[in-house]
Amino acid sequence: MLSLTLTGLKLKNPLMLAAGIMGTTGGSLKRIAQAGAGAIVTKSIGLEPRSGHSNPSMVEVDCGYLNAMGLPNPSYKDFQGEIDTAREGGVPVIASIFGGCSLDFSGIAGALDADTFELNVSCPHAHGYGTEIGTDPALVEDITHAVKKAVKVPVWVKLTPNVTDIKGIGLAAQHGGADAVVAINTVRGMAIDIDSGYPVLGNRFGGLSGRAIKPVAVKCVYDLYEALDIPVIGVGGITDWRDAVEFIMAGAKAVQIGSAVGDNINIFSDISSCMEAFLAEKEWTLDDIYGMAHDT
Amino acid sequence: MKPVNAIITEIVNETPAIRTFFFDTSFESVPGQFVMVWIRGVDEIPMALSYENAITVQKVGSATSALFELEVCDSVGIRGPFGNGFGMEKGHILLIAGGVGAAPLAPLAEKAGSEGIKITTLLGAKTKDELLFRERFKTAGEVRVATDDGSEGMHGYVTQLIDDANRYSQIYCCGPEIMMKKVLDKVEPPKAQFSLHRYIKCGIGICGACCVDGLRVCKDGPVFSGEVLKKTEFGVYRRNECGERVRV
Repeated sequence: MLSLTLTGLKLKNPLMLAAGIMGTTGGSLKRIAQAGAGAIVTKSIGLEPRSGHSNPSMVEVDCGYLNAMGLPNPSYKDFQGEIDTAREGGVPVIASIFGGCSLDFSGIAGALDADTFELNVSCPHAHGYGTEIGTDPALVEDITHAVKKAVKVPVWVKLTPNVTDIKGIGLAAQHGGADAVVAINTVRGMAIDIDSGYPVLGNRFGGLSGRAIKPVAVKCVYDLYEALDIPVIGVGGITDWRDAVEFIMAGAKAVQIGSAVGDNINIFSDISSCMEAFLAEKEWTLDDIYGMAHDT
Repeated sequence: MKPVNAIITEIVNETPAIRTFFFDTSFESVPGQFVMVWIRGVDEIPMALSYENAITVQKVGSATSALFELEVCDSVGIRGPFGNGFGMEKGHILLIAGGVGAAPLAPLAEKAGSEGIKITTLLGAKTKDELLFRERFKTAGEVRVATDDGSEGMHGYVTQLIDDANRYSQIYCCGPEIMMKKVLDKVEPPKAQFSLHRYIKCGIGICGACCVDGLRVCKDGPVFSGEVLKKTEFGVYRRNECGERVRV
């Protein structure tokens, strides 16, 4: 009832694990796959091993979480084994990758065997990467194009909301040949410890995720759905099945779930069973609610 | 939660390399739970609660060295308590502590003792001066000691003190991973609980940095049954801060 085809990938449901969550070890990815996710996205992988920013790298704040992990990863040279283990979970494995230029991206993608690549041009807190690239439409188009030439599998581009107009970046990804866009990455944010005056995150600032950003993400998805011909994958603050339905109605072909996994590792199966019950009660299909808000 | 400000009220030199920092704030917790201790401007590290209002720390790296620079009236930020803690079992329990691994086991001994549970503790350290919380374990029950250099108790590893593991209703273990792996190999796995140490970033089960295969040490642990650990890379590999597999 919830199955779909997304950029050629057959998914049993439209609920994916978001990048950066439980995504460093093949074992943790496999666990999420076995817990009901329709697909799983790895931690973002780069050229060289990185230890990331110093702690605190993630803290809970009102209505969400602030993080500045700083792209810790073991490098693509040491990651194929994790992807292979993750694949034992029986669902598509999407490799999230990052780099400083199109050569980095295409080199990494060309060297890894994954079911799809998700280009992280949207991490808000790593100097020289992520948002620093993903706010420039020309760079986004160039990187997308380079990766498309380097691989035979679908390429998704994950967008930052930290721009004046996300549609322009989405269009750049589409021009570059992206098969889908993923929106949104975290919203730039900061917290200060009032007992000491220190910024709480080791990196001083970071990205906000969780419930607080859901309305921001829904609007981005809504706008991208209208502007693009390629599918939009929604992510940002999904905590229960109603959130997932809302994103799909805004125009998300599928959704990703991140922060909420911490408190409920069974969230994928919980949401999929509740969504099935909801659709049955309403006598709607997944296709019926896809972009429904645009027809009203 | 954001970090809570905790003011240091007392510092106890437990051994030449281990200190206990008492705070003005108590944390309602189960023995074996941990907190994230933020040494502002330096780092944030996971530490077991050794009392409801204290952590016991061995100086090993930059963060713990910075902690050792702090004095009474200085403060740290604390998030937590996090994780599951030890599961209580009745009968006659065995505690196996290696080095600073005694920190989460001492409150367990006191809690079990208050509930009338019989306790035997095997306490190990490199040398006599590094034996941690011997008096606390003694108050709770029988204590047998091993030191690597033979300066106190048996000359050798604490794992060599394990005699008839089957006669205990439950075994609780915390210490260096190689030691814990030896214990795991010597006992009936379902009857043993191990408190693990991993590189922890978020502390709240989201980022996955501390995973032992699919298990989150910060959220599913830090205490795991031996039966669960038997099927994992525990004792063989751990992950460094980049997520690379490195041999234990």
